[in-house]
Amino acid sequence: MSEINLPAAAEPVDPVGLKAVGIAAAIAVLLAAPFLASEYWINAIIVPFLILSLAGLGLNLLTGYAGQLSLGAGAFMMVGAYATFSLQLRVPDLPLPLALVVAGLIAGAVGLLFGIPSTRIKGFYLIVSTLAAQFFFEWLFLKFPWFYNGNSSATIALSRGLSFFGLEANTPHGRYYLTLGIVALLTLLSFNLIRGQTGRNWMAIRDMDTAAAVIGVPVFRAKLQAFAVSSFILGIAGALWAFAYLGSASVQSFGLTRSYQILFIIIIGGLGTIRGAYFGAAFVSLLPLALDWLFQHVFGGHVDAGLLQNIQKAIFGLLIIWFLIKEPEGLARLLGLQRAQGARRRLFPS
Amino acid sequence: MKRLLVAALLAGTLFSSFTPASAEEVSQYIPLPTYRVGAYASSGELWWAGERDYFRYINEVEGGVEGVKLNYEEFETEWSPDRTVEVYERVKAGKDGSPLAFFFTHGTPATYALLEKAAADKIPLIDPAGGKTETVDGTVFPYAFPLLFSYYSQASTGINYIADKVGGFDKLKGLKIATVYHDSAYGRASQPAVEALAKKYGFENIQIPVADPGNEQSPQWRQIREQKPDWVFLRTWGVSTVVALKTAQRFGFPADHIIGDVWAGSESDAIPAGTAAIGYSALAPYPGGTDFEIHKRLKAEILDKGKSDLRDQKLFGAVNYNIGLVNAALAVEALRTGYKHFGARPLNGEEGRWAFEHLTIDDKRLEEIGFKGLLQQIRITPTDHEGGGAARIQSWDGEKWVLQTDWIKADHELLNPLIKEGAAAYAKENGITPRTPETETN
Repeated sequence: MSEINLPAAAEPVDPVGLKAVGIAAAIAVLLAAPFLASEYWINAIIVPFLILSLAGLGLNLLTGYAGQLSLGAGAFMMVGAYATFSLQLRVPDLPLPLALVVAGLIAGAVGLLFGIPSTRIKGFYLIVSTLAAQFFFEWLFLKFPWFYNGNSSATIALSRGLSFFGLEANTPHGRYYLTLGIVALLTLLSFNLIRGQTGRNWMAIRDMDTAAAVIGVPVFRAKLQAFAVSSFILGIAGALWAFAYLGSASVQSFGLTRSYQILFIIIIGGLGTIRGAYFGAAFVSLLPLALDWLFQHVFGGHVDAGLLQNIQKAIFGLLIIWFLIKEPEGLARLLGLQRAQGARRRLFPS
Repeated sequence: MKRLLVAALLAGTLFSSFTPASAEEVSQYIPLPTYRVGAYASSGELWWAGERDYFRYINEVEGGVEGVKLNYEEFETEWSPDRTVEVYERVKAGKDGSPLAFFFTHGTPATYALLEKAAADKIPLIDPAGGKTETVDGTVFPYAFPLLFSYYSQASTGINYIADKVGGFDKLKGLKIATVYHDSAYGRASQPAVEALAKKYGFENIQIPVADPGNEQSPQWRQIREQKPDWVFLRTWGVSTVVALKTAQRFGFPADHIIGDVWAGSESDAIPAGTAAIGYSALAPYPGGTDFEIHKRLKAEILDKGKSDLRDQKLFGAVNYNIGLVNAALAVEALRTGYKHFGARPLNGEEGRWAFEHLTIDDKRLEEIGFKGLLQQIRITPTDHEGGGAARIQSWDGEKWVLQTDWIKADHELLNPLIKEGAAAYAKENGITPRTPETETN
């Protein structure tokens, strides 16, 4: 039944020189961002946006590329966060970057485990089994005090803060560079995976798993790979969300709404595209803030505050519907089309 | 469509540039993270109305605090700590020339999320009857103020009331007391205190968690039916309270043996539960009702002049509205303390801390500000960021909350070592050297 049938997005032709300049400029802006933007922008907008993008990216590998529907994104983020906490607490000699990698691996292993049913079940049924992961881990991390070191409130926080190789990353700049570095690294990794054999296997399975099996794609292995890699990235995103953005976290920080949010990010951004995760995260995390800001400035004090908040919710919902009708394949495709049109205009000036 | 959007944006910027920012003198900026959307909106709306009405009363009737006007502004968070963190970052530098003297978190999870950040930024977090209990120890947590009534005090006062009901502390021995709690930092916070109390008085301590948001509680109440506790201490929040009361009725547990804590004892909890709530009691550091002096003043100056934020005037004096009033009054009195010391100008975070740490509201002052009976006497010191630790008990008669007792004080002799211990463990884990307030100047 409902498989996600998406053609692999065609890359628009681009003059190579222009692309290189663009990338260099983007890197320069990213590195200079903390010196251009205020602390508020870094702490409250850019860092969470980057982390949500990373989580979107992780889920997109699984859902957008390998076609396995999942509502367990929050659970895998939770595993990553709690694993990082445990490692930092119990293996204090392990430097933070390594702890993050190991936490990612643990999340990956957990993802692998919960991915096993995917070899037998598909679509909506798979959603249910990943949903089980969501509920299971919410229960597990509350039930056993060992996971949160028995403190009275069941919240986790890194006692030594964020530091790597003697560098303190507790400043807004530190958190930004840490997040940016990890996000860039994992994005690069995902790009390479997608372009290689692994990604092609995933897309073959997404488009039709029987056909993929017939032409010799190892379906079982590739599906599990997708679960493992996706959970690895989600795990690291979860650790960052807990410690680089929030500072302390509890199970509620990774509840079912978080899983939905990540799923919306990739649906709105564009399934099966890397940049879709970024567009989706921008839409989901920045738009409500922009609406809030706009309403506060336009109507603040004139209209009942409760009404305003509910109108914002409605507008946000309507915008989602409008975007999806306009472009069911997400913002990434919308922007891709615009770019293609621009190129056509350059070729054939009217 | 696009043109329409652009037009709307343009209109917006024009409109906003007309709304005057004409503050002749600088006013004290007070951001309010609120939740008018989401599962907890029904409690929230009245709360914000109470806070806004009181601030408005101070500004318009009393001409500000020592002449300094209050500039309050709301930010929607949906009770999500993530969004409260965002709001905090947005406002922490202050606004229109006023620094931030303190930050109301309006929720325990948000207080947890901000604890380290606020300590680093030197901005006091104010979370009356909430927050992290250990932060009562101001030597380790200089910037956290769980004012009024900590979660340990809530547990202790609840047990004291049960002892009173059964006829003395010696009668507690052998009783079964179950705590049904919202499974979050908030709900778990009372556990160490109940454990210590159980040891002291010899009652059996049963803890039963309810997962957020708690719309379905049959398993929990089935467990209660099996274990047959004598009393249930209900530490739920929002929808989980209503569901708990209704489920208790369905499973035949009597409502008059259920005692709710602060956040489970408002009209928003009792009215939707219908007949299931009749006889239900709750701790009330913020009692409901309109018989207090401040309500007469607000009625005359704010409500009758159509300036109130309340949408439904019938809810004037509701518990959540009164929570707003008390919180606002604590902030106002703290600011007043600060202005008297530092001069009448907006305070920054460090001065805000000093102000809260020297806040004293005695009986005489309670009479003056019209809060007698609504608020207990408060004395906050650098070593005690709670400053109160008592509550009254109120019961729901099917229509309104009826006060049953005067202020019942928590057993601080038992609780203080627990708090000290928790704070010391935190200090050790985080490498904090507790400060020595005696040696501090200013």
